[in-house]
Amino acid sequence: MIKRLFKKTEFIVALTTIGLSLIIGMINPTFFSLATVFDTLRSGTVVGIFALGTMIVIISGGIDLSFTAIAIFSLYVTTKLMLAWQYSGSVVLMYIIAAAIGTLLGLINAWLISSFKLPTMIATLGTQSLIQGFMLFFIDSQYIRNIPDGMDKFAKAQWFVTDVGGGPAKTSLHPGVLIFFALVIVVWFILKRTMIGRGIYALGGSREAAERTGFDTKGITVFIYAFVGFLAGIGGMTFGAYAREANPFALVGTEMDVIAAVVLGGTAITGGRGTVIGTLLGVLLVTIMKNSLILIGIPSAWQKVVIGIILIIGTGIPAYRSLTAKKQLNVDLAEQS
Amino acid sequence: MTQPSSVSPNDNYPTKTDFSKNILSLLRSDENITRLFVIMLVILISMSIARPEVFPTLQNFQSMAFQCSEIGILALGIMLTMITGGIDLSVNAIANLAGITAGLILTNMAPAGSTPETITLAIILAIVAALLVGLICGAFNGFLITRIGISPILATLGTMTLFSGLTIGITKGTGIFGIPEFQFLGNGDFFKIPIPFIIFIVMAIFISILLNRTTLGMRLYLIGTNPVASKFSGVDNRNVLLRVYALSGLLSSIAGIVILARTNSANADYGGSYVLMAILIAVLGGVDVAGGFGKISGMLLGLFSLQFLSTGLNMLLAEYRGANFFKIFSWGFLLIAIMVINYLSAQRKMKVKTKHIG
Repeated sequence: MIKRLFKKTEFIVALTTIGLSLIIGMINPTFFSLATVFDTLRSGTVVGIFALGTMIVIISGGIDLSFTAIAIFSLYVTTKLMLAWQYSGSVVLMYIIAAAIGTLLGLINAWLISSFKLPTMIATLGTQSLIQGFMLFFIDSQYIRNIPDGMDKFAKAQWFVTDVGGGPAKTSLHPGVLIFFALVIVVWFILKRTMIGRGIYALGGSREAAERTGFDTKGITVFIYAFVGFLAGIGGMTFGAYAREANPFALVGTEMDVIAAVVLGGTAITGGRGTVIGTLLGVLLVTIMKNSLILIGIPSAWQKVVIGIILIIGTGIPAYRSLTAKKQLNVDLAEQS
Repeated sequence: MTQPSSVSPNDNYPTKTDFSKNILSLLRSDENITRLFVIMLVILISMSIARPEVFPTLQNFQSMAFQCSEIGILALGIMLTMITGGIDLSVNAIANLAGITAGLILTNMAPAGSTPETITLAIILAIVAALLVGLICGAFNGFLITRIGISPILATLGTMTLFSGLTIGITKGTGIFGIPEFQFLGNGDFFKIPIPFIIFIVMAIFISILLNRTTLGMRLYLIGTNPVASKFSGVDNRNVLLRVYALSGLLSSIAGIVILARTNSANADYGGSYVLMAILIAVLGGVDVAGGFGKISGMLLGLFSLQFLSTGLNMLLAEYRGANFFKIFSWGFLLIAIMVINYLSAQRKMKVKTKHIG
């Protein structure tokens, strides 16, 4: 039983996260506080939303490099539209528009991948430059700091305002976290409880087998990339609300961080395997790592080295295990025959 | 995609005896190369017509040759790994780390006012050290991929973070400068041909010979086409892959040396978009991401097309704000357009074939 538990990537990631937290906490006790929990949740939200989409694509055997461009496009264009309409109502409308723009852009990926059979990495590499370049040249490339009122109100929203250590400082939770948890449930439901979800896993396991079993692989592909676009739109909007600006140069280039979190969480880069829980743990680990290395006295100049090493070890352990397992299988087969 | 028999080692290798005839036969033999060649010519001619006073000038071609060398050398490394079905995302990080290493040696060993002997010694030492850094970094990638079993994209993603982290750590996030005597490698020319470009072409010829004339090259294609088959035909896949990634690291460090010499500085952030561009060039040139296909000739055509397009667009759109951004847009457009056209023409061919059989 325990042995089987140790074979689960999720379990190992959870152990690593707990171990890392304990070490950080021992070196710097201020780590164990409500403020850390709130901060981690807040800074994990955007990466988390992106990670959900990235996980779905990777489970299906593909890879998406364009979601950051889609996210920033959705955010920027939505903000511009709102300013042009002088709309100052609720942020909900902004979310709806951003999600719609994201879905439309995701459909471009879906079209290229399903109709022309382009390799997913190349198609999304192309759409990344296409979307970012289109926005920067044809729309605008100015920072927007003067964001619409609804967005500003949302940005300043606070829940559970709590005193920190008796001083005047207060900590609070941002409601944006709720959006993330709602999406987690939606993605979990799609993957585990619907035929489309089963199809996504089947597609990643073997396209051929999925087709012969009767899955509509084309339809599933269209759904995957449109849905990833949808998530990217929401993620982009949340990113903008947190930063309280619309910076057209942000996000693009950080897609590898998200992919790293997803893969650390046990999603197989070859497709067919991956869970929501694993991805959440991967995001948690990466977020704690990024936020807390400074707490344990690692100078910021060397933080990237530590992250690189953890990334290599994190991907290396499961890879080495499956490599030796394969070798063992070969030996067993040879002995039998 | 549709290149025939790219596994055979002597395929389409242009010899000195009848170069032009060989180029023609090369063009005819490979539809993708023909298409790229036409695209390159169309871009070249239309830009020359649109900006006759600035585009088709010696000076412009010189400056374009300077610009495309670094990225070209990086693209060679990425292309090699892509032919084996892998990828090397760490090329740019290795280039910067190697550049920093060389820069540190140069500035520490030969500060201003040193004797020519010291300077020469420092330059030799700096180059050797940079190459060594590239080789070690590349071999480390190869080790992770072949001995630990991490997939190439993840392994090099991790080392990309690690190597650029090392660069940031060593420099504390600031830049490092070279010495003026070193700049001849980056800014000099030889009979009007920029030295970086000569370095790039020499490397391209070297890789082309490696791919077409050596067993290693043949095995590279074989592994990319079908790793299981290559294993059972007696190829030591792990050994070949290890050497490919080491070579990619070595090429990256050469690019790093060129960057240091050309800009007289090195820092961790230089050329952030180079990795994606290098992949773009390789794919544009007909390298299959699934492995097994890819030729130097295609990659060269891809590189030159992109360079002509970028420079031309910069000239055309000089009066608009953000001409640079249109370049990003056009790269993405070009990549997708080429891939779609390749797919459609492969489809058409398939249809013709099935008709014949039917």
